[in-house]
Amino acid sequence: IFFLQVENVRLLDRLSSRKAALGTLYLTATHVIFVENGSETRKETWVLHSQISSIEKQATTATGCPLLIRCKNFQVIQLVIPQERDCHDIYISLIRLARPVKYEELYCFSFNPKLDKEEREQGWKLVDLNEEYNRMGIPNNYWQISDVNRDYGVCDSYPREVYVPKSATAHIIVGSSKFRSRRRFPALSYYCKDNNASICRSSQPLSGFSARCLEDEQMLQAIRKANPGSDFIYVVDTRPKLNAMANRAAGKGYENEDNYSNIKFQFIGIENIHVMRNSLQKMLEVCELKSPSMSDFLWGLENSGWLKHIKAIMDAGIFIAKAVAEEGVSVLVHCSDGWDRTAQVCSVASLLLDPYYRTMKGFMVLIEKDWVSFGHKFNHRYGNLDGDPKEISPVIDQFIECVWQLMEQFPCAFEFNERFLIHIQHHIYSCQFGNFLCNSQKERRELKIQERTYSLWAHLWKNRADYLNPLYRSDHSQTQGTLHPQMAPCNFLYKFWSGMYNRFEKGLHPRQSITDYLMAVKEETQQLEEELEVLRERLANLQKSQLYDNEVKSKQQDRSKQLGPSTSNNSLANTPQEYSSDLKSFPSRSPSQGDEEDSALILTQDNLKSSDPDLSANSDQESGVEDLSCRSPSGGGCLPSEDSGKDSDEAVFLAV
Amino acid sequence: MLRSSQPLTGPNRKRCREDELLLGTILDEEERGFIVDTRSAQVAKQARMTGGGTEPKSSYPRWRRLHRPLERGRPLQESFTKLVEACNDTSISMDRWLSRLESSRWLSHVKAALSTACLAAQCMDREEASVLVHGAEGTDTTLLVTAVAQVILDPSCRTLLGFQGLLEREWIEAGHPFHLRCARSAYSHARLKQEAPLFLLFLDCVWQLSRQFPFSLEFNERLLLTLFDNAYASAYGTFLCNNEKERQVKESTLSLWGWLNQPAERKKYLNPLYSANALVIWPSVEPQSIQLWQGLFFRWIRSSQYLDEAWAEIQQLVESS
Repeated sequence: IFFLQVENVRLLDRLSSRKAALGTLYLTATHVIFVENGSETRKETWVLHSQISSIEKQATTATGCPLLIRCKNFQVIQLVIPQERDCHDIYISLIRLARPVKYEELYCFSFNPKLDKEEREQGWKLVDLNEEYNRMGIPNNYWQISDVNRDYGVCDSYPREVYVPKSATAHIIVGSSKFRSRRRFPALSYYCKDNNASICRSSQPLSGFSARCLEDEQMLQAIRKANPGSDFIYVVDTRPKLNAMANRAAGKGYENEDNYSNIKFQFIGIENIHVMRNSLQKMLEVCELKSPSMSDFLWGLENSGWLKHIKAIMDAGIFIAKAVAEEGVSVLVHCSDGWDRTAQVCSVASLLLDPYYRTMKGFMVLIEKDWVSFGHKFNHRYGNLDGDPKEISPVIDQFIECVWQLMEQFPCAFEFNERFLIHIQHHIYSCQFGNFLCNSQKERRELKIQERTYSLWAHLWKNRADYLNPLYRSDHSQTQGTLHPQMAPCNFLYKFWSGMYNRFEKGLHPRQSITDYLMAVKEETQQLEEELEVLRERLANLQKSQLYDNEVKSKQQDRSKQLGPSTSNNSLANTPQEYSSDLKSFPSRSPSQGDEEDSALILTQDNLKSSDPDLSANSDQESGVEDLSCRSPSGGGCLPSEDSGKDSDEAVFLAV
Repeated sequence: MLRSSQPLTGPNRKRCREDELLLGTILDEEERGFIVDTRSAQVAKQARMTGGGTEPKSSYPRWRRLHRPLERGRPLQESFTKLVEACNDTSISMDRWLSRLESSRWLSHVKAALSTACLAAQCMDREEASVLVHGAEGTDTTLLVTAVAQVILDPSCRTLLGFQGLLEREWIEAGHPFHLRCARSAYSHARLKQEAPLFLLFLDCVWQLSRQFPFSLEFNERLLLTLFDNAYASAYGTFLCNNEKERQVKESTLSLWGWLNQPAERKKYLNPLYSANALVIWPSVEPQSIQLWQGLFFRWIRSSQYLDEAWAEIQQLVESS
């Protein structure tokens, strides 16, 4: 059912306006869909309304009315609509559709992957935080589970079950919560059973200039006592000192070393959500520059400050991980409200400390623990519903980028690959699954999310073959113990993540995926080894019959057709970008349909096909492009031969 | 693809029948050719004052001249020195690093070199036209362009042996003055007039290609680093002197290729992901696609342990398949 349908719309390509596609635009309840005209391949581009970040109507030109759609997953779609009135209608509709007011409008409530009730339930049970704390070794002599918040009565943004030091009574917890912003009292995030050091998290104390609270002081002491190996704890305030001091005037602030016995206080300045929002904005402006020079790009990137912020978060995580692993000292982390920078820093530190969080399952658990259960405000930060634009900020995006930066430094250390991170980021904004809705566990329970939507983790887990890192070996030295990123001078180790911020610009990325190739090699090797085993067993068993010999022969033939390096060559038939405008006056070669960009996409889609079969049934979320003709399982019919790849290139003449 | 030095047109717009004939015979009946001049139009014009110049349209009617200025000489050496200083400076904070990197302009030079090589390659592959590349002397930026263009166009240049052949042809025999260009490198205080890291710029371009097309080069980064080392200081005679005439050393020195190609040595320089690719490899020259060659510029500054381990894993995976 379409709300709107407009013909003769053009979809422009940022890097080359020559590659504009003509087609029909559809608006449905959940998506914007562009379907390209003609040719055998009906290329479709699907965009979820939830993904839309902003829509810009640009000045009408001779060719039509341009409409620019910017998405939260960094896809930028430029459409040209022939009639002003249609453009206006689309614009108005999209504005409304991209800003839902009720949760029920979101895609997750209508999304149907055709699973039964039990499968849905099982999906939600995949990640169990109780199991996780058990894995850490809790409850034990020092830590216990507390049900003081079972009705969210103490802190409505905290989970029902919190883990606290054994010596922290309910009275202490409640007292401390009254002295903390948003009642977010110190609670356990990570416990290191090797040395009893822990990472706890909270919000800022309501200390003002001189206020004190006995229970809060006792709470910190309890945390210290839970680690007999150390006689002090670090209290890390992740705000810049000036901001923290300013908060004192508002009756909040930070812990005074004089009042809290045995603490060592430390500021690690990470800027606030407004600075981060602006930083991302500036960086995206750099990404949208048309044919920037190296200079424009580097200046723009530095000016945005983005990598500096990423480094600040990472440095904080490193400090905490060191305190725990090397000094054996517990750390209490907070920012202002303890749900943004605190979440980032605790999860980075945990990742550095514990190899479990570098596995696929462990990473899901980490996000569930430090982000979902501890009340990170997904709705406000990522705009599930229409809300205050000042609350929007790329907080979890930054954390995900920290993970990617670590993956680049330690290619063997993570069980998952870049695609895993990109898909998670995508789905945080997509609202296709219920995991990242609302602002707290309490709100999600009230909305009965688990009974009415599906879990992203189950979906990713089902497709985990696409998310594996072929270089990961659980017995590799990089995967054991703590990760030690190189500290100063390591400015240069932070790279611009074009895989995320230029995700949809295929022309920018290496044409061949090392990950996919190595995974295919690995799979093939494994399969061959398994078959070898089977064959060995058979040989050992019986005398050979004629039937048996034939069976073996046909298996060998099948194997030789598998994906190998030669297939990837087809994706190399790439088009040159525009290196020069000076070739214009020479006779052009006739442009033809279906240049290799498409065939490369088709190949990519084959690889990714299995990872999102249910994403609204059609779209390949990786590229936002769907190719209906390639839905056959073999996909073999879509691969171009090498010759056709060469012929079908367009000559490239554009003014640069 | 042809290369030369600049025509000696001079202030009086001299002509040379033989030169015009030579260029004329290269083109077929209806064919047109391109001249890629690695100097800016202005510099090329000014060169006439000192006896050089460009090919006038009237004398070379079927050749279309394109100017793509590429940096060389002292400014390029400065760029290199500045970059190395920036990399070694432990006091730079994150909010200054990128502008420091930018002010060295090294990556801009890489981008320009790659773009020009791609342009030359595009003329040949897309336009099916012949290309003549020259700068002033034909010994620096000219060779950079022709060599990189061949790596882009020709799969045989991407094999280990083919690449050696390319170096022999386009750099050594073509007379790149290694002795002058690779005298002291970046740490020396002596700012020698003739010193310039063109060869390094070439290696950097090849590295960029290997990053964008990880399956397409038969050799690995280690080979590029070894070539860099040997251009400046070598136990072999391959990069000695400035041209073939000076380099009468075959009797008294060993060839680097001889050593590299021994089976035991050779395998250290092979790319485990290599799979012969018959197609042209067109790199992206957008700034996001051009990265700082960490393996070279941070070689002694940060440990490559984790990346080496990753390559070892890749090697193992591929070998056991």
